[in-house]
Amino acid sequence: MIQYAAIILIVFGLYGLLSNRNIIKMIISLNIIEIGLNIFIISVGFVYDGIAPILTSTNSSSALLYVDPLPQALVLTAIVIGVGTTALGLALAKKIYSKYGTFELDEMGDNE
Amino acid sequence: MKNLIAFVLSVALGVLMVLSLTNNDWFAQFGYVDLADRVSQSYIDKDVTGNPGEIIFGITSNPENGAANIVTSIVVDYRSFDTLGEVTVLFISALGVALLLNSQDKNKRLALNFKPNFMLRVGSRALFAIILMTGVYVILHGHLTPGGGFPGGTMIASSILLLYLADDQFRTKVKGFKLLEGVAGSFYVIIGLLGLLLATYFLQNFLPTGTVGDLLSAGVIPIVYILIGLKVGSEIAGIIDNFLTEEEVSL
Repeated sequence: MIQYAAIILIVFGLYGLLSNRNIIKMIISLNIIEIGLNIFIISVGFVYDGIAPILTSTNSSSALLYVDPLPQALVLTAIVIGVGTTALGLALAKKIYSKYGTFELDEMGDNE
Repeated sequence: MKNLIAFVLSVALGVLMVLSLTNNDWFAQFGYVDLADRVSQSYIDKDVTGNPGEIIFGITSNPENGAANIVTSIVVDYRSFDTLGEVTVLFISALGVALLLNSQDKNKRLALNFKPNFMLRVGSRALFAIILMTGVYVILHGHLTPGGGFPGGTMIASSILLLYLADDQFRTKVKGFKLLEGVAGSFYVIIGLLGLLLATYFLQNFLPTGTVGDLLSAGVIPIVYILIGLKVGSEIAGIIDNFLTEEEVSL
């Protein structure tokens, strides 16, 4: 069941986010949560025997059984926003590294 | 100890999610969704505003939305306002990256720790052209095949990343990208306003939609997707440029 796989990914990501003190690992954990969420949203629209929601010369009628296109459109949005937030997070991480010389949150603050 | 608490918390959340999925009357079981209950069926039948009957690929002409790819018809037509917001989010994050990493024009590009030879430089130029053309193809066929402005724009940006990685002298013209990004974003809003003027509401399709499945069909959808592709491509290329340049350390 793909939905349970998505939930497992979300749990992994959440655990990584809570237990890691390394900025890069935290960003990776956020991305894992995001991937899990995207898979979950896609799975909400799945229909057995449904085909991809694109009219082609072989699947030419709108009366055929399609999977739900709306979650796919929403996930398209979510992926792009995920790219943007990851880029912003990595830029912040780069700035932090150039200031403190480390990615570990615990080692920051003392040695200005 | 902290890790144990984190583990227990995450697993508890996962168990809660699994419990909420099983035997939930309000949440359809996996794979047994009835699309007729959902708004998506109107998007597939293209009958949000009127009932055109069955849509046949290559035959039906001038439905309310001419895109053969139904996901595209949602992203760029029915929910185009959503996409405008999404493009704005991407713009703001690109702006944030530029603000954080860019410092005037004193920065130089990141040095490679090898010297690219002649074959690598020429070969990467040839591959650049192929990847760029694939990106343009994906953008232009966004209303017919899987893909569209977002993946196509990312492909264009990845071709520029290839040039950065294979050539130690390469620098993009960041100003040109900024200009392209601004122009494409503005034209998206202008097309929305034209929809308000020529039709009735913001971002409405005001061009004839043509026959489903033709390259020149679907009204404003290909135009908007080309603009989105240019905007996403230039934004991600700008982000790549920002990450691959470093401040010149003046000691």
